[in-house]
Amino acid sequence: MNLDRLKPIDDWTWSVPKAPGEARADVRLYAGRELVEHMDDKVLEQITNVAKLPGIVGAAMTMPDAHWGYGFPIGGVAAFDPDEGGIISAGGVGFDISCGIRCLRTDLTLADVAPVAQRLANSLFENIPAGVGEEGKLRLSPHELDSVLLRGARWAVGMGYGTDADLEFVEERGCMAGADPECVSDLAKKRQRGEMGTLGSGNHYLEVQVVERIHDAEIARAFGLSAGQVVVSIHCGSRGLGHQIGTDYLVSLAKGAARLGISLPDRELACAPIRSPEGQQYIGAMNAAVNCALANRQILADLSRRVFRHFFPSASLETLFDVSHNTCKPETHNVNGRPRLLYVHRKGATRAFGPGHASLPERYRKVGQPVIIGGSMGTGSYVLAGTADSENKAFSSASHGAGRSMSRHQALKRWRGRELIDELAAKGILIRTKSMRGAAEEAPGAYKDVDLVAEATEKAGLARRVAFLRPKLCVKG
Amino acid sequence: MSGGRDSVTIHAAVAHEYFEHEADIGIVGRGATVADSFVGAAQATFAIMCPPDQVERTTRVAIDFDEDDVELALVTWLNLLLAYARERGLVLGAFSLGREGHHWRGEAWGEPWGEKHERGTEVKGATLTMLSVREGSDGWDARCVVDV
Repeated sequence: MNLDRLKPIDDWTWSVPKAPGEARADVRLYAGRELVEHMDDKVLEQITNVAKLPGIVGAAMTMPDAHWGYGFPIGGVAAFDPDEGGIISAGGVGFDISCGIRCLRTDLTLADVAPVAQRLANSLFENIPAGVGEEGKLRLSPHELDSVLLRGARWAVGMGYGTDADLEFVEERGCMAGADPECVSDLAKKRQRGEMGTLGSGNHYLEVQVVERIHDAEIARAFGLSAGQVVVSIHCGSRGLGHQIGTDYLVSLAKGAARLGISLPDRELACAPIRSPEGQQYIGAMNAAVNCALANRQILADLSRRVFRHFFPSASLETLFDVSHNTCKPETHNVNGRPRLLYVHRKGATRAFGPGHASLPERYRKVGQPVIIGGSMGTGSYVLAGTADSENKAFSSASHGAGRSMSRHQALKRWRGRELIDELAAKGILIRTKSMRGAAEEAPGAYKDVDLVAEATEKAGLARRVAFLRPKLCVKG
Repeated sequence: MSGGRDSVTIHAAVAHEYFEHEADIGIVGRGATVADSFVGAAQATFAIMCPPDQVERTTRVAIDFDEDDVELALVTWLNLLLAYARERGLVLGAFSLGREGHHWRGEAWGEPWGEKHERGTEVKGATLTMLSVREGSDGWDARCVVDV
């Protein structure tokens, strides 16, 4: 990215003041110089377009892992006030609504898992449906699917996938309010028929990881993490249902924007006023997709437990936390000392409530919300904790992943899936996938340096590093 | 255009390719007519998921929609194909499309996913990003970014 247009505020914060008559808000980029220099110019173009949308409050922001997306950049955050004509944007949420990460902490160590690693990887691969064209074992009636859309992870627990103890550590306690199955098309529901309990493809994964490094011992204790401990992370979203809701509303909102008096700087930013019938319909459908994603990760978490218990009958796999990173949620934030209800879009960004936030489970209330930065299959991931500063800086938001630094097209030219998998195996990382193409596209070298992203997230005041997780087994879609 | 397996139109002038996008994939379809370029765009999209030469034409999917905005028609065509393929558990490999004014009628052929199919990367949907449908000196060019 050309830095000439950016005004550095400090080493980790960059600003573009709004141009008269154009944008409604400033643009703010959170990242160190090295990350910003390597960002595509399209990131700035896209977040500048977001700053032009009606009812935006504060700044349009990008997180340190930001990269070129569609509509919003990936890593984009923007909040809108419904009382000031604020909008809800289908392009600000994306197709994979409520994509996120479920992290389970185990009472196992790497020494426990190492002797059965190959068999454990094979069993996870057999029992976790992953990849394009794969379906799950569940087949839901239309009535059952509506229950999923209304009740989220609570539905899955009610069906025997996990326990109430899980729900305490899922955002919204496992059930997003305001879901309306009537706002979801029949086609979206049909697309989901075979897809409950499936991982998907692309950058989705199930990883068995080991806690390699503790950055903050006190918060790690509160999170139940210690060096050498094995954890399981599951990255996936709302599957075909969410994809179809995104599809349905993207086109209808894009066509309707002019009628609603909204000038779109990019049609992909398709949106409607929050307080309009069109906006409310999308919100009802989006919240249904959030519940679908929460139920999906709950099912996958429990399928993973069942595999682990085959090898380790008395093993404990407790939910550390479940975070979504493609959402728009109504939240109360302090703006200039005044609490305001805002709709916060996070597209490829994680909510990161700081210590004391009322929505956090009691166990984490003193230390802040767990934030998970999912890295590539060859490098690692981070667990962080939300900070008080993040509320003022980014409506309590933080990074969600390493962020791509190279296109899939370029990655395919540079790497071969089979060779990559063999190289990772030689480093002690077992990959299981049906897609050699997918493995090449997801090569660790196609991602930013996750250490830089996590460092920038902390130094910018968005979240505090707690632990680094090294992948050992990975099921890729 | 509809009917049995042998009636699938051969679009001799149809071609497809890809363009760079950091997170997702840019697809391009080219053809002598706007409908042909949409067929090329469908080929580009589904080749991301499975090599088309591995797909037998045993099952037909019919597509029928109205859209007067030609760019939104491209997105609608691709997203209907993606939706019907996913709904029915199919991998698609051959496409045909015709247009009468704002009415578009097409079909696709494929088969249920099986062990023989090499798995690529799932396409979630066609976006409005970098969306364009244009006629040039060599025919029509239809493109957009697809989310994977």
